[in-house]
This record gives sequence, C-alpha cells and structure tokens, in this order.
Amino acid sequence: MTPAIRQPEPLGLVPGPFHDRIAALNRQQGWTGWMGHASPTVLDTVEFEYFAIRNGTTLFDISPMNKYRIAGPDAEAVVNRLVTRDIRKLKPGRVAYAIWCNAEGNVVDDGTVFRLAPNEFRLCCQEPQLGWLDDVAWGYDVTITDDSAAIAALAVQGPTSCAVLKAAGLAGVEELKPFDIRSFRVETHDIMVSRTGFTGDLGYELWMAPGAALGLWDRLMEAGRVRGIRAIGYAAVEMARIEAGFLLPRVDFLSSQTHLRPGRARNPYELGLDWLVALDKPHFNGRRALLALSRQRPARRLVTIEIDRDKPAHHAFVYHRKRREVGFVTSALWSPTVKRNIACAWIEAPWVQDGGDLWVEIYRQRELTWNRRMARARIVERRVFDSARRRATPPADF
Amino acid sequence: MSYDAIVVGAGHNGLTTACFLARAGLKVLVVERNDHVGGAAVSRELTPGWTYSNCSYVCSLLRPEIIRALELPKYGLQVIPYESGATFDSRGGYFSYSSDHDALRRELMRLDPRDADGYDRFSRAVMKQCRFIKPLLLRTAPDPTSLKPRDLSELLFILRRFNDLGAADMAETLRFWTMSIAEFLDEYLRSDIVKAHIAGSGIIGTGLGPYSPGTAYVLLHHYMGEVDGAIGAWGFARGGMGAITQAMAASLVASGGEIRTGAGLDRFLVKDGRVTGVALANGDEFHARTVVSGMDVRRTFLDHAEARDLPEDFLKGVRRFRFRGSSGKLNIALDAMPRFTAAPEGAGFLRGDLHFLDDMAEIERAYDDWKAGRWSARPYLDFLIPTQIDPTMAPPGKHYATVFVQYAPYAPEGGWNDARREDFARTVIDRVEEHAPGFADLIVHKEVRTPADIEREVGLSEGNIFQGELTFDQLLFNRPVPGWAQYRSPIRGLYMCASSTHPGGGVMGAPGANAAREILRDLGRRIDMGAAA
Repeated sequence: MTPAIRQPEPLGLVPGPFHDRIAALNRQQGWTGWMGHASPTVLDTVEFEYFAIRNGTTLFDISPMNKYRIAGPDAEAVVNRLVTRDIRKLKPGRVAYAIWCNAEGNVVDDGTVFRLAPNEFRLCCQEPQLGWLDDVAWGYDVTITDDSAAIAALAVQGPTSCAVLKAAGLAGVEELKPFDIRSFRVETHDIMVSRTGFTGDLGYELWMAPGAALGLWDRLMEAGRVRGIRAIGYAAVEMARIEAGFLLPRVDFLSSQTHLRPGRARNPYELGLDWLVALDKPHFNGRRALLALSRQRPARRLVTIEIDRDKPAHHAFVYHRKRREVGFVTSALWSPTVKRNIACAWIEAPWVQDGGDLWVEIYRQRELTWNRRMARARIVERRVFDSARRRATPPADF
Repeated sequence: MSYDAIVVGAGHNGLTTACFLARAGLKVLVVERNDHVGGAAVSRELTPGWTYSNCSYVCSLLRPEIIRALELPKYGLQVIPYESGATFDSRGGYFSYSSDHDALRRELMRLDPRDADGYDRFSRAVMKQCRFIKPLLLRTAPDPTSLKPRDLSELLFILRRFNDLGAADMAETLRFWTMSIAEFLDEYLRSDIVKAHIAGSGIIGTGLGPYSPGTAYVLLHHYMGEVDGAIGAWGFARGGMGAITQAMAASLVASGGEIRTGAGLDRFLVKDGRVTGVALANGDEFHARTVVSGMDVRRTFLDHAEARDLPEDFLKGVRRFRFRGSSGKLNIALDAMPRFTAAPEGAGFLRGDLHFLDDMAEIERAYDDWKAGRWSARPYLDFLIPTQIDPTMAPPGKHYATVFVQYAPYAPEGGWNDARREDFARTVIDRVEEHAPGFADLIVHKEVRTPADIEREVGLSEGNIFQGELTFDQLLFNRPVPGWAQYRSPIRGLYMCASSTHPGGGVMGAPGANAAREILRDLGRRIDMGAAA
C-alpha cells in the first residue's frame, strides 16, 4: 500500500479562523504576516478604523498570537520563576501583564498571564516561547503545550463593546472588571472573555475553539450593527496602542533571545517597566542581575516624547541642542484623539534625566524632494490617551 | 620567458590570486596541467547536450567582495539561489526545507511544535557564529607567537570580536568549534529527520561522522556563505560551476594575464633558498621572482619541491597535514525528470538539495563503512537536479543530476578499478531508485568519480575536496602549518594560495584573495578590492 502523497506546506501566509469574514470585508486587499497568518492591515481606511476603536466597537483577529498552556501541580511555581511579577498574588480568573527576563536581566518578551485555575495558566505573547518555557520549567511537575492553533481569539474593543457583547447574549459581561476573566455559553460554544486589550480603551478579548469563530463573528456583527461595529486592521490598532503607551516587541525593543548583535537587549529599567519587577519575591529568572540593575542608573530609557508641529517623527534621530545625537524614535504618531504629535523614543541616560533641549530631525518628501527640519521634543507621560472608560465597571453603553 | 608572477594551477583560488596580481599591474602567467581551466570548479560536456558540474556543484561561499572586485558578472557569472530542499525517509514521508520562514515553521510544527522554536534557536546560534567568522575570512590569520604589530593588531581584532559575543556566547563559541554536529543539533531539535537533514552539512567532504567532535564547525563552514546577502543560502552558477572559473579566466585575460593549459608542473626552480621560476613537465621553463601554488600543500612541497630546500619541521608539518578523501560523486544525464514516490509532481522543494535518510545514526553507520575501508553500503547523498532552474545544462525536457556521495574511501582494499567503480555507482543509484523507482532507466550517461579519480583528475590529494580536513587542529594559524599560515613558505618568493590555507575549502576564493594581498604587500603594493573593500 502506498501512503497518500502529502503536499508540502504552502509558502507565505495562511488563513486564520476568521479569515473568510475578514477577506470579504478587506476592500483594500491589505494583508500582513503575523506568525505566518494573513492579518489585515487596513480594510477600508485607517482613519475610520481608528475612530471606530475610540467611538464604536471594533473586531480585530488576534488568533495568531502565541498561546501557551502551563498546567500541573507546579504551574504557579513555574510561572513565578518565569516572570518578574509576583504571580502568587494573581487569583484564578484574573489576568496580569508581565515581562520575563534572561539571566542578565534583559527582557525576553512581554505578554499577558491568564490564571485560568489554581494550577492552570495561559501565557499570550508575540514571540514564540516554547523553548524558553521548557528551559524554565525543567525539573518541575508541569506540562507546557503550545495552544496557539487550538484557540481562536478576537479583540472586541471600543466604547460600545460592552453593549455589543451584552446584545450578543453575553449577559453579565458588564460585571467584569479590568483584567477579569469569565466564561460564557453562546449557542453550543464556550467563549472565554477577558477584559483586556491593546487599545487603552474599554475592550474585551474573546477566546474560543476555532470552530466557534465564524458563528461568533456573525453574532457580534449582527449585535453591533446599530452600535457602530466594524472590522479593523492592524494599522488602526497600532495607532491606538501608541496612544495608550503599550510597547511592541520588534518595534520598541528586541527580545534578548532573538538579537544577534551585542548590546541590543534591554532591561526593564530601561524600558520603564520597573513597576513589573518584584524584587522582594524569591528567586526568578534574572533576579540577581535585576537587583544590581535596580541600583544603577539605566544607560538609556524608552520614553514617550511630544513633538512640536504636526508631522510624525518616523525613523527620526533625537538630538540634544540640535547637535548631539542622543537617541532615536521607534514608533511615531499624530494622535487624532488628543491632537498631539507623539513618539516612542530611546534616549541616552544623561539627556533623558535632563530632558531639556531635545530635538528630533523630521524627514519630509515634497514632490520627490527630500528635506528635513528640526522640531522641538519634550518627554511626556507614557499614556497620552487615558480614558475613564478603560476602568469603569460596569461600563457605560457608549 | 619571464614574468612578474607565475601561478601554478588554474583552480578558482589560483585564478583569483592571478586576477588580483594582474590588476595590480604584474605580468602574470597561470600554468594548468589539464587542458581546461577550473580545477574543481568546472563545467564539462562529457556526453553531447549535457553539461556537468563535474566536481563542486553549488555555490554559496564565493565571497561577494571577490565577485565584485574581479567583475565576474561582467564575464558571465550568474548565481541563482535555490530556496528549498528535502529529506525523504524510508517510510514514504519527507521533511521539506524552505527559505520561506512561515512555510518552514509550519513544516516543523507538523513534526514537533518544539522543533519550530528549536530550529529558530539553532539558526540564531549558527548565525552568531557566522557573524563572528565572516570578517575573518578575507583577513590573514594572525600568528599568535609573533610580536609583529600587524599580528598583534589582527589578534586583537579577533579577541575583540570574540569579546563582543558576550560571556554566554563566548562559551558557546568554544563549544561550537569543538563539538559534534549531532550533539549540537540534539541540544535544539527533536525530530530525527530534521536533524538528519541538517547534519549532512557537518560531514560533507569530511572523514568524520556526525558524532565526531569538530563536525559542528564543518556545518558552519557550509552556512557562512551567502547569495545576495542571504546568509547561508546556496545557489547554482548558471552553466555549472565552471562559469565561475571561466569568468575568472576572462577577467584575468582582460587584465593582461596569460593562461597556459596542458602545462603541468615538474618542479619549482629554486636557487639559494629563493624561487626563480617553474620547470614544466614538457621541459619548458618560465622565470619569475614570485611563484604561487594553487595546488594543495602536500603536492606543492612533497611532489614539486626539493626536501633540501625546506626545513624539517616545516616538512613534518606538511606530512602530517591530514587529507583523508571521503567523498565520491556521480554526474548523471537523465532522459526525463525522475518521479519521487513521496513527492507531489512539480513540488518546489525538488529544485533544492535532496537526501534519503531517516536519522543521524544512519550517517554514522555510513561513516563506519568508510572507517573499515569500504564505501558506505547506504551512503549519505546530496542529490540535486539543477536543470529545473538552469536551462543551459541539458537539452529541453532532459535533466542533469549531480549526486554527491559521502562516504567513499580513497583506497579501498585492492584499490579502485572499473568493476569497483561500477559497483559503487550501483550502490548510489539503488539508493535513489528506492525513492524514485525508474530512476536507473532514465540514465543516458553517467560520470563516476571516486576520491582516487578526483585526485588523479583534479589533483586534490587523496581526493579531499577541501585540500585538507577542516578540523579545528587544521584551521586559522594552523592551516596548513603552524608558523606558515600567512600564504608564504620557507622558500622565498614561493606562496600558497589555495584551500590548504586559511580560511579553507569550498569555492570561496578567500584564500586566493588573501594570498594576493600578502604577495602584493611583500612587493610593496596594495590589493585593489575596488568598491567591495
């Protein structure tokens, strides 16, 4: 008997669980790759999609995110060894934003830790982490599985998102406080809902079996029809996350596991994530190095800057007194909501302390001719968009 | 007749040196024993309509700096990457490699989710080593016993790069340079077939098995090349590997150099410890104050120089330099594209390197046969059909298969003869036939090359494709002889320029360029690397 001939894995991007619906709405035919999946960049226009996040409800497929299940008697010990926060304080049914570091105290990745049960966690993150998790868990009674393909996920974000979910049959969702988790039964499917997101606004993330994905999508679209729902692409999410002050691996910092060149790794103090490091808990990865680092002045800091005038400072160098190069921009945005020109930038230590007389060099092309000009910049709060909607429980309907 | 410099051997390194010397204004003669140039980088038509890459068959290592400086594209060189490959197992399955990271990740996930991550970690570990070694390729290895400012500064350069790796990767580097490829892969990957697919790069051309220490470096040697900046990528030279040396020869002639083929060396002419020229086997003599050997170090000094002209410790160093031929090759003209049982027709991965094995232990068993003086009963094959990409090497619809065979002994019991050579070929063809039934019937013509054939035809001692094993004891300032690793020899004016010297074998050209730099330095001139420098 000859076995059936297997076709090789396709090149390029493959569809995810919501693909059929997104493809039908993707009038721009804009796609980008996210862990090998086709992820929309812009479906209609980025402005409409951005304002849907801040005005109505948006659906964004986050299924390509890496999702790991850590379960077993030692699950809490393993997660606590992994991340810098004290995970013992995280109760079942709650989510925590966390980072994890290598032995030098440099950040491997950031992500969200879901405590699904006393002995069961889910870790969601951008970079593949299975090898790292295996290393951390060695010698512990715990099972680690890559659930990335087994779980479809949808971000439902925006001021009317709670109302949409209620209308879609998720009664009681309004009781969820930020970082709460609750399971709902929708038709024949279990949908897990967490009040989490990447937009800095009211919003939820819905987790389900891939088979439940399209049915749930249709249900939400129907419920949201009169509440300003729209499917969005990555470009709009990127705008919202910069306003909200969230960091993006590979854009704002590089995992200490993936860089090849010396000196590219960054520690939590440089990233401004000191508040995530619990030095008072017992041994965890990087603790010894972080103890030492906590007593030093970071060599550089990632900060949000606000720039004069209105042209976003993409790929700009940061200068002190227009002369000395002291940093560079990683993400830049004209914020349509707060009407401020902001950017994420790395700035070397003395000038980040001083904070005065900072300039960015802005490049503009006007009818094929490039020119540049200096614009004054100031260090500002990381979260330039901060809405009470994000925290209010129960949330308003709009 | 007299020249400024004479290069013996028109292989890719000899030609590279000659080109750089001619470009610096020297009057250069290249003498070549065979009736064609190319050494082990040749394209030959042995049956009408088919062109074989008779020896080396794929290109990655040839330094882009050399391609640019010698204007090889202007003289017809075109290297086209192939972006895939596969290993067929004995159960009718396969692992397919793709340069498309997403496709490769899915393929690895299919086998074991942990290997998807493990492979990325493996790649980064190798990439760090590539980044470490790459700047050392076109530099002369410093003599660690020398106090000359140049040696000290070069040594400092290496130490600084080493230090830049950081504490953890400094330790990893020492492990990597001394470990076996099998144990290195075991640290990162779980699937036998994935490890088997990769491990071949650690033993190709080498008289070691995948579990022998030192083979991780051999893998690096095959990964440190690039095609258009894609590190680790391999490609086909359009028209076969001879296109490289043909382009070099044309570049040389354009710079005023001269090439004489059918002009085998009898001996170097030496007077008072200084080379004065060469005497050819046909009795001709040519004179030059600079003579460069593109032959391997054994042939150069044991066959063509007089022992009385060389110090005994140097001679001892040459005699102990290990060659150990371990590879054979079949070049096969095919009437049609073979059908592989496990592969869908027209699958993209068939355009790349194909292998037939289950696990690394199988390669180790193939090595066991070689240790016992036999060719492997189930050899490791690196099988490619370049005519799927290159339209110049076979008539339309017909194909050419290049089959690299590891392991084959230099001197099997009773020696090689036609019957044994045919048996050896049969062993290889049977191995392919298991996965592509009907393959044997497609064969129109074949060329079978054992290590002894490679030695006889190309001149590589014992048929070692690297002009000497690429083991750590024979690298950097120990290649080929400690104290004589800077392309010079104890005979003044006589230089070495080929793969027996740093950074070693492969169609890289780096030894040739490095030798030219040292020669020109001794002449008070500078090498012109052009915009590539």
